[in-house]
Amino acid sequence: MARTRIAMSDDDVLGKAYDGRLMRRLVGFMRPHRVAIAWAFASIVGLSALQLAPPYLTKLAIDEHIVTGQLEGLGVLASIFLTVLVLSYVFEFAQTYLMQVTGQRIIFDLRMRIQEHLQRLDVAFYDRNPVGRLMTRVTTDVDALNDLFASGVITVFRDVFTLVGIAVVLFVMDWRLAIVALSVLPLIAAVTQWFRTNARQSYREVRGWIARINAFLQENITGMATVQLFRREERHFAKFDEVNQGHRDANIASIFYYAVFYPAIEILGALAIAAILWFGGGWTLQGTLELGSLVAFVLYSQRFFRPIQDLSEKFNVLQSAMASSERIFALLDTSVDIVGPQAFAVPTPSSATTKRGPGHIRFEHVWFAYRDENWVLEDVSFEVAPGQRVGVVGATGAGKTTVINLLMRFYDIQRGRITIDRVDIRELPLDTLRARFGLVLQDVYLFSGTVADNIRLGRESISDAEVRRAAEAVHADRFIRALPDGYEMAVAERGATFSVGQRQLLSFARALAHDPAVLVLDEATSSIDTDTERLIQEALHVLMADRTTIAVAHRLSTVQDMDEILVFHKGRLREQGTHQELLSQRGLYHTLYELQYRDQESQIAPEALPATT
Amino acid sequence: MSPLRKLLPRVLRYRREFLWGLLYLTCASGLALAGPWVLRYAIDDLTANVTRAKLGLYAGALLGLAMLAGLFRFLMRRIIVGASRAIEYDLRNLFYARLQRLPLSYFQKQRTGDLMSRATNDLNAVRMMVGPAIMYMASTGITFVVAVSLMVSIEPTLTLLALLPLPLVTVVVKRAGAAIYRHTARIQEQLSTLSAVVQESLAGVRVVRAYGREAIETERFREENAEYLRRNTSLIRLQAIFYPSMGFILGLAGLLVLWVGARHVIEGRITVGQFVAFNAYLVMLTWPMIAFGFVTNLLQRGSAAWRRMDEVLSTEPAETESTRGEVPARPLAGHLELRDLTFAYNGQPVLDGVSVVVEPGQTLALVGPTGSGKSTLLGLLPRLFDPPAGAVFIDGHDVRDLPLATLRSTIAMAPQDPFLFSDTVVANVRFGLGDGATEPDAAAGEAMATSRLDKDLEDLPDGDQTRVGERGVTLSGGQKQRASLARAIAADPRILLLDDALSAVDAYTEAEILGRLGTVMHGRTTVIVSHRISTVQRADLILVLDEGRVVERGTHDELLARGGLYAGLYQKQLLEQALEEVS
Repeated sequence: MARTRIAMSDDDVLGKAYDGRLMRRLVGFMRPHRVAIAWAFASIVGLSALQLAPPYLTKLAIDEHIVTGQLEGLGVLASIFLTVLVLSYVFEFAQTYLMQVTGQRIIFDLRMRIQEHLQRLDVAFYDRNPVGRLMTRVTTDVDALNDLFASGVITVFRDVFTLVGIAVVLFVMDWRLAIVALSVLPLIAAVTQWFRTNARQSYREVRGWIARINAFLQENITGMATVQLFRREERHFAKFDEVNQGHRDANIASIFYYAVFYPAIEILGALAIAAILWFGGGWTLQGTLELGSLVAFVLYSQRFFRPIQDLSEKFNVLQSAMASSERIFALLDTSVDIVGPQAFAVPTPSSATTKRGPGHIRFEHVWFAYRDENWVLEDVSFEVAPGQRVGVVGATGAGKTTVINLLMRFYDIQRGRITIDRVDIRELPLDTLRARFGLVLQDVYLFSGTVADNIRLGRESISDAEVRRAAEAVHADRFIRALPDGYEMAVAERGATFSVGQRQLLSFARALAHDPAVLVLDEATSSIDTDTERLIQEALHVLMADRTTIAVAHRLSTVQDMDEILVFHKGRLREQGTHQELLSQRGLYHTLYELQYRDQESQIAPEALPATT
Repeated sequence: MSPLRKLLPRVLRYRREFLWGLLYLTCASGLALAGPWVLRYAIDDLTANVTRAKLGLYAGALLGLAMLAGLFRFLMRRIIVGASRAIEYDLRNLFYARLQRLPLSYFQKQRTGDLMSRATNDLNAVRMMVGPAIMYMASTGITFVVAVSLMVSIEPTLTLLALLPLPLVTVVVKRAGAAIYRHTARIQEQLSTLSAVVQESLAGVRVVRAYGREAIETERFREENAEYLRRNTSLIRLQAIFYPSMGFILGLAGLLVLWVGARHVIEGRITVGQFVAFNAYLVMLTWPMIAFGFVTNLLQRGSAAWRRMDEVLSTEPAETESTRGEVPARPLAGHLELRDLTFAYNGQPVLDGVSVVVEPGQTLALVGPTGSGKSTLLGLLPRLFDPPAGAVFIDGHDVRDLPLATLRSTIAMAPQDPFLFSDTVVANVRFGLGDGATEPDAAAGEAMATSRLDKDLEDLPDGDQTRVGERGVTLSGGQKQRASLARAIAADPRILLLDDALSAVDAYTEAEILGRLGTVMHGRTTVIVSHRISTVQRADLILVLDEGRVVERGTHDELLARGGLYAGLYQKQLLEQALEEVS
């Protein structure tokens, strides 16, 4: 399942170096850029061909000028050499530029796809997946894929072309000597295979130790206070030392393979040259081989072995790219459960400004659980008439905030029906549905941008004047104008420079400017100084005028004068009525009210009583 | 460069290894350079006449030289890279040892991921600097010097001509290197901007959805993503110009050698063999030229990484040699005194003039609203936070004058959100046992009985051998708290601190635990922080804190009679209990 795969730790998966299924999907991302890729490809072929020239030119110089003592025509040879150099430069530039830029463009597309998907995923997805890990997908993992496009795949082709090109030229020059020179290839293949298998194995082992070091550090840094309080420093150091030693020893063991591999390839290269000298020299003496060809063979074999070394290094790039793409595709494959009737419609700002509606809301036998059958709401039914103001109260865990989450369709209910203006909310496009609500959360979230941006929140149809009017109406105007840049003041660090009360007023201005049919309030629990509190209460009245209001309240004072109060207890709607009605029932609401009363009393207490220290 | 000087002694511990490594490296490079020299004689003899036997000798010499060079390369890599791994190991231990000595406030300021990255990614960059970078640098230097001298010995003017374009390489590498560095920095910067945009749109996902801001967020992301693409493109353009130019410049050298060298051969100033050897040396110089830029990069990254590690390594530990106090003559009994304790954390006043005396055997309880300073007060006793001088005393000693080890072996603490290690349940309980514990199983068993964890053991799959999973995820909140309490009890402390440590335990079990605790803590000091009146009502003294000040003090009955904050809290909890009982 996609979900569980995403939930796995980032570093412990070490996938295959090549996975056909993943590769095909990656190729899909390359398709729009096929023209650029074709040109890059052509440049690679040209470049590989050109790089075959210098040793051959050297051969010509030796055979036709140096040995014969003929200086004439050397100039032509030199000009060809220069032309080859210039063309090589041009091709290499074209190849590097085209391929890397294309790689970056593909990465750009992939990032957009991930971002768009993230913007559609259910809110429930974010309950399960920490933001930090998701960010890794958009940044680090995508960058690992870049290596694949920019250097991995394409240089493999280049290496292969070079190898084939050299082999062809050798055969054309002298097939006997070509067989001699290439006879070391099986040996090289064997050594490379040996290296690959072992290096991969020890790479895995080293990764395992790194994961252990990370796990240990993660646990011990977060739990450092516990370690220190119980004076376990020495014993934990000993444990760390053990893991650290394991890591060191695994690495030292893996050095062996590298230490053998690189010299072995060089020795095989020397073997090829020695063989060329022995056989080729013999043929030169017999007069069946030109001296220049012999030299060219030596020069070519020098160029022959680097691509082979490179090829084995590409292996790691491929491996980490595959692991990254696996994680990325798992994210992209995570299904979106909550969608509007026209599935997969990307929300656009223009469609968000659809008609307001009267704001009639109905819950019909609603059952809901975040997980399995742990019901958070059980058989809840109620109705809110247009323009009515309804307060939702209850003890912690009663399901109050869930009502809001369901109304805005952050989650889908399991049983029953929720309607707005007599339409099931599941039959409305998400953006249309949500545009009917103005949500004010207890923890006000401010975006980077200006104060005005934060009131407008992307709806450009709200004019400057309207922004101001909204701010004035909720008493936010005064403190905004006191800012150095007023409405154009940039919000720093999520609004950390504003007080809690100021942020609350800003969120009111935001809701008012959007003029929603239904106002949804999740009231703040944190206490605010009394002056601001008064401002907020006044602002609330402005905000609630002429619209349906559903307010989740933690303080009963907020809901006392509401048209109706819904009392939730353990997931059920237990009482319903006005403040006075409910109080006279002497039920749950009455107990809650008593509780609150004590609370308020105890908040006054410190001032009322002298300190007794 | 002073941080780098601190690295030097760590490297010099392995000077023997490095010296041997450099010796092997010199041999390997020298032998590799002898190859073209053999080739030279072989070719020359071929143009004259030569016996088959002599040809075999040359071929054998080439192969033999390569095998010897390979052997030395093998030895070199093992010893130098091996030493760099040993240094990495030393530095990581050093790093962790320092972390262990840093105060809690340090960890609250640092992000765990950042510290981990220093112990892994940065450390690896440092290793690359002291191992492979040194290796490449030395082999580059030796190859360059020897190859050039050999070329000079063949023909000085031709060498000069061949080397003519080489200063260009250095200039290009230096200039392009600096530009690439600048561009890379700008790209990294943009990447963090990009991350910030993602972070913002994901962290505020509810507001984004509620106000239909998805398209705007995507648009914002597209802009930053496009800027990222632009910056990358300009780096790519630079690299696309730079990388081929190396080949081009070296190609020019090759061209010059071909053009001029051929004349030299024809004029008889050098032989064909010398001409071929000359070409071969020129090819061998290619790698050093490119490696130059590569090594510079390694050195730059390595020293930046070391600086980041050194930041941690040079952070002042909580207790240094000079601040470590004297071990008191008599073992501490647990007499606790606070004298007008005032404490501020991050500039915020937390405690204001708190004074209290607790005799051994007494229980002190702290109650008060969230943020009133209760937990901070507890944290000051074992010096998780450092109290001011002359404010916190145990048996008449200022806690600041006691060695941390002595102080902390006297005090044990059970916090509200305990940290358990991914080990078995019993190992977590034994965590608190001193090294000298004679019967660890019995002590752990007793502690688990006191904290009533014994009741749960049979429900766990492997009893007390059940592994608790990362941070104790397999246990319930109440089980974790009781395991943590057992851990504190097993430590056999003179002073036990319970920081709302039973908040997730049901009322009945809590009463049982408190009863048993009374026996275990007989003659010892207990400080309890709790929101529940039931937990604190039997305490000898209750302090009610509000905004860091003691606003009420007395026993349960005295405080109830007073009708203040405490009495209000009591009434409220009775009501809450009543509410809870409504089904």
